[in-house]
Amino acid sequence: MKPPPFQYHDPKTLAEAVGLLGTLDNAKLLAGGQSLMPMLNMRFVLPDHVIDLNLVEGMAGIKETDGVLEIGAMTRQRELEFSDLVAAKCPLLHQALMHVGHRQTRNRGTIGGSLCHLDPAAELVTVCMAHDATIAVAGPGGTREIAFADFPAGYLTPAIELNEIVTAIRIPVWPAGHKAAFIEFSRRHGDFAIVSAAALLQIDGGRITRASLTIGGVAVAPVRATEVEQAIVGQAPTSELFAKVCESCRSFEAMADIHASAEYRQHLAVVLARRALEKAADLADNAPWNRAH
Amino acid sequence: MDHSRTSNRPIGSPVERLEDLRFLRGRGEFVDDVSSPGALHAVILRSSVAHGRLRGVDASVARKCPGVRAVITAQDIGEIPVITMRQELLPEFKPYQQPVIAGDKVRYVGEPIAVVVADSTALAEDALEHIALDIEALPPVADRAAARKTDSLLFEETGRNHVITLSAKLGDAAAAFHDAPYTRRERFQVQRFTAVTMEPRGLLAEWDDANGHLTVSGMTKVVFHNRRILAKQMGLAEDAITMIEADVGGGFGVRGEFYPEDFLIPFAARTLKRAVKWIEDRRENLIASNHARDAECELEIACDRDGTIRGLRGHGAADLGAYIRTNGVTAARNTAQVLSGPYRVSNIQFEMALLLTNKTPSGTYRGPGRFEADFFRERLFDMAANDLGIDRVEFRRRNLVAEHEMPWTLPTIQPLDQGGETDNGDYRQTLDRCLKDFGWPEKSALQGKLIDGRRHGIAIGCYLEGGGSGPRENVRMVLERDGTVSLYTGSSSVGQGVETVMAQIAADALDMPMARINRVQHGSTTVVTQGYGSYSSRSIVMGGSAIVQAAGLLKDAIRAAAAKRLQCAPSDIAIDGDNAVGPDRASVALSALAVDGIAADGTYASSKRTYSYGAHAAHVAVDPGTGHVALIDYMAVEDVGRIINPLTLHGQAVGAIVQGLGGALLEHLAYDSAGQFLSGTLADYLLPTASDFPVIRAHAMEERPAPHNPLGAKGAGEGGIIPVGGVIANAIANALGVEPNILPLSPPRVWELMNCK
Ligand SMILES: Cc1cc2nc3c(=O)[nH]c(=O)nc-3n(C[C@H](O)[C@H](O)[C@H](O)COP(=O)(O)OP(=O)(O)OC[C@H]3O[C@@H](n4cnc5c(N)ncnc54)[C@H](O)[C@@H]3O)c2cc1C
Repeated sequence: MKPPPFQYHDPKTLAEAVGLLGTLDNAKLLAGGQSLMPMLNMRFVLPDHVIDLNLVEGMAGIKETDGVLEIGAMTRQRELEFSDLVAAKCPLLHQALMHVGHRQTRNRGTIGGSLCHLDPAAELVTVCMAHDATIAVAGPGGTREIAFADFPAGYLTPAIELNEIVTAIRIPVWPAGHKAAFIEFSRRHGDFAIVSAAALLQIDGGRITRASLTIGGVAVAPVRATEVEQAIVGQAPTSELFAKVCESCRSFEAMADIHASAEYRQHLAVVLARRALEKAADLADNAPWNRAH
Repeated sequence: MDHSRTSNRPIGSPVERLEDLRFLRGRGEFVDDVSSPGALHAVILRSSVAHGRLRGVDASVARKCPGVRAVITAQDIGEIPVITMRQELLPEFKPYQQPVIAGDKVRYVGEPIAVVVADSTALAEDALEHIALDIEALPPVADRAAARKTDSLLFEETGRNHVITLSAKLGDAAAAFHDAPYTRRERFQVQRFTAVTMEPRGLLAEWDDANGHLTVSGMTKVVFHNRRILAKQMGLAEDAITMIEADVGGGFGVRGEFYPEDFLIPFAARTLKRAVKWIEDRRENLIASNHARDAECELEIACDRDGTIRGLRGHGAADLGAYIRTNGVTAARNTAQVLSGPYRVSNIQFEMALLLTNKTPSGTYRGPGRFEADFFRERLFDMAANDLGIDRVEFRRRNLVAEHEMPWTLPTIQPLDQGGETDNGDYRQTLDRCLKDFGWPEKSALQGKLIDGRRHGIAIGCYLEGGGSGPRENVRMVLERDGTVSLYTGSSSVGQGVETVMAQIAADALDMPMARINRVQHGSTTVVTQGYGSYSSRSIVMGGSAIVQAAGLLKDAIRAAAAKRLQCAPSDIAIDGDNAVGPDRASVALSALAVDGIAADGTYASSKRTYSYGAHAAHVAVDPGTGHVALIDYMAVEDVGRIINPLTLHGQAVGAIVQGLGGALLEHLAYDSAGQFLSGTLADYLLPTASDFPVIRAHAMEERPAPHNPLGAKGAGEGGIIPVGGVIANAIANALGVEPNILPLSPPRVWELMNCK
């Protein structure tokens, strides 16, 4: 399990990195390395060049402007985990981070790397889908923005060109007092989820006024349960309501692998959708899956 | 512990492991740490095809790659040696033994095809990509059903994939079932899974061309036996090979058997006249080291209305993978033999078919056959008890072999052996103790209850552990000039604490403080003239008993030498740890006596096995939404005859239980219908981690010392794993009212069980 031969580059500026990526053949970007290194060691990817983003200036950081949380692509998952700003403005992201691998992998792993690796069950991908995030990319032709709904192009494949680099993630935050719940089902603590669910609710005067429900791990990319979202807006949040409307998640198209059949994933989608909504709406009972992580 | 310890003798003391300080400080010397400047590095090209005719291997490009010193294929070896069986060899098994490298066929994904030796592992891996293979794919024999047919054959020359059927027999099953008032027949299945050692295998082979001598580091478990195999394969005298047992990071039955690499790496070293190192990586480890379990059966029970068992009968099949490896038949044999466990089942008829498929060959894994048999039996017992309206505990208590009925005769296994008999024990005592410590009466109220969204269930099961396999073990003790004692043993250390417990036994037998025993030397061919190793929970029983004998002889030698100096009779000499003391308190220091060359060889031989026993109980909570099984409480009670060290014993128990839980709930070596392996990383092969099973309690007793060895000790390394599958499945059955008859009980499977209820 040794990586194949490749040439290593360590640009110091984004322009330099974009330049290298645009001119070198068969190059791979290296962020936190938590997905890329295992794939190199197993020779699942065989790049001729590896361009390390770790020394590039200005690609990490968290700030909020005009209700948008802007996160540099090279921001470590650990920094997000311990960020007061994230905890206050984007509790869904904060909750989700606790499920991303282990402290050791979060120390190195970046948000940009996670999104570009685009594992179907990656928590950060699910959060971006739930929050209608925008992805900023830089390429030889300049910069552009991609709505997150358009970001997944297929299994492990983001909709960016081979010569483009993700530079930042923009997450529109929900108004103060909104409710968020991220839950997932994995075989063991720290494993990629089999299925995850992210719920955002705004509740005013006892009624749901805005809702976002996203299911990760069922299909190649997280899916928004729009049918559920529409059905619960305007309603009072109750367990009965959630149980009834979440049945629609059983019709999601689902993948199968050695860990779970498609039917089981669809079933989990229903169960976790309901549980996430209940948790967000503070209807959670004392069940173990609702206790603090 | 219940009994009061009457002394501070080393045996029985909770001595912390002597090995640990070394390991925790990073000063262990595992095979990859063994220094060999200038060693070359080997990697192995393995088949990615499950079944095929190997038409050609073209290594011409690879041989020219940078840093490459050699590429070795079947052609370079000439006549290809096979790996001979170590246990249970019958002529019927011979055609299925594994060649050390694929010749004209490949029979499983992972089978060695070529060895690349280069200046570094990375360069060797680079070159490996340039070896061109011409393999004509053949229809894979992917499961037991395909194996029973003859459409596709792993070995065309024998005309069958079904090697043989073993038959376990005791009493008269047909008569017992005839007119039985109650019978029930069920199918059960245990998946393919195996021990995953923290340290994968590894070898360092050094060839001394001037002296024609080979030194191999990285051997363990059955080092002397492996030397015999290798000597024959390489045409060397046994004396021309030294095998060194370095520190070993886990054995569990899998590590230390003779594998293809154990020939290929020494062969490469001799060919190149250089030191060659090979360290198995994790991906290889999961396809190249022995797989295990993978058995199914249809089992029937006959009972009287009061629950008295009349008999067990049925048939099963084991999927051995592509070849029969060194101990490939042991698990299947044991499954057939220990079906009745500690219970009074006087009539047994059970057939076990041995089948070959295009999968990694299998071998023993902690509790071989016993884990499977216990799962089959204990599941069936719960069903029978429920059908008959008899309390599950009462059903077991009624049928346990009583103390006055021992030794209890075990079934014969045709055509392998005559079975044997158990030793002694009070099986009800461990059952009762387990019930009490578990809190069975209180927890009984929880059965099937939905609490905070989860359904609760409990279960209990009893087991028997066979240990202490013969034939013998040898040790050597030397009194050193500083008054310490050096101890050399043929037992192997695979990480289980052999250095500690052997030092305890020696100190105890010599009446010396433990600090006077030097670090125990074990395993290597340099430490004793003939050693038998560590398997079948035998190290303390056999090796420990040999220490007791050697200590007696060493004391005799000390007394004789001291008597000469002090001019008295040897019987007048007392040994006080530092000195030999004669009449009138005249004394001579042991260190002074050492110049006389005082040493003793001890040997212990026995063909009588030990049978420790116990009971386990589990409390689970199942999430009906996901099928996830949480372990709320687990209680294990065992009687091991004599406890040498309660700390290391507790470690054995808890570690074995966690492995058992992995097998019951998580682990699965999955293949697809083309024989492709699907569990090649530890993200796919789910081992238990520290947070999965936080509550495991284990209690050990020593109420019934083993009758056949001087220590009174029984094997204690495997018991913990044996009942886990059955107990967990029964607890889930109890929680949900379902019949879980297939392992592992993964969330999707539990969900399916709930669905089709
Ligand atoms: C033991 C373990 C457990 C894990 N568990 C989880 C888990 O539960 N959930 C989870 O979501 N993840 C998990 N991961 C993955 C982890 O979160 C990775 O950090 C993440 O998937 C990749 O981030 P990275 O920064 O390490 O990126 P890298 O591994 O360096 O790169 C990943 C991919 O993204 C590309 N890339 C990286 N940055 C950019 C960029 N700015 N622009 C364009 N392309 C880019 C790379 O070229 C590469 O293809 C686990 C990893 C390990 C080792």
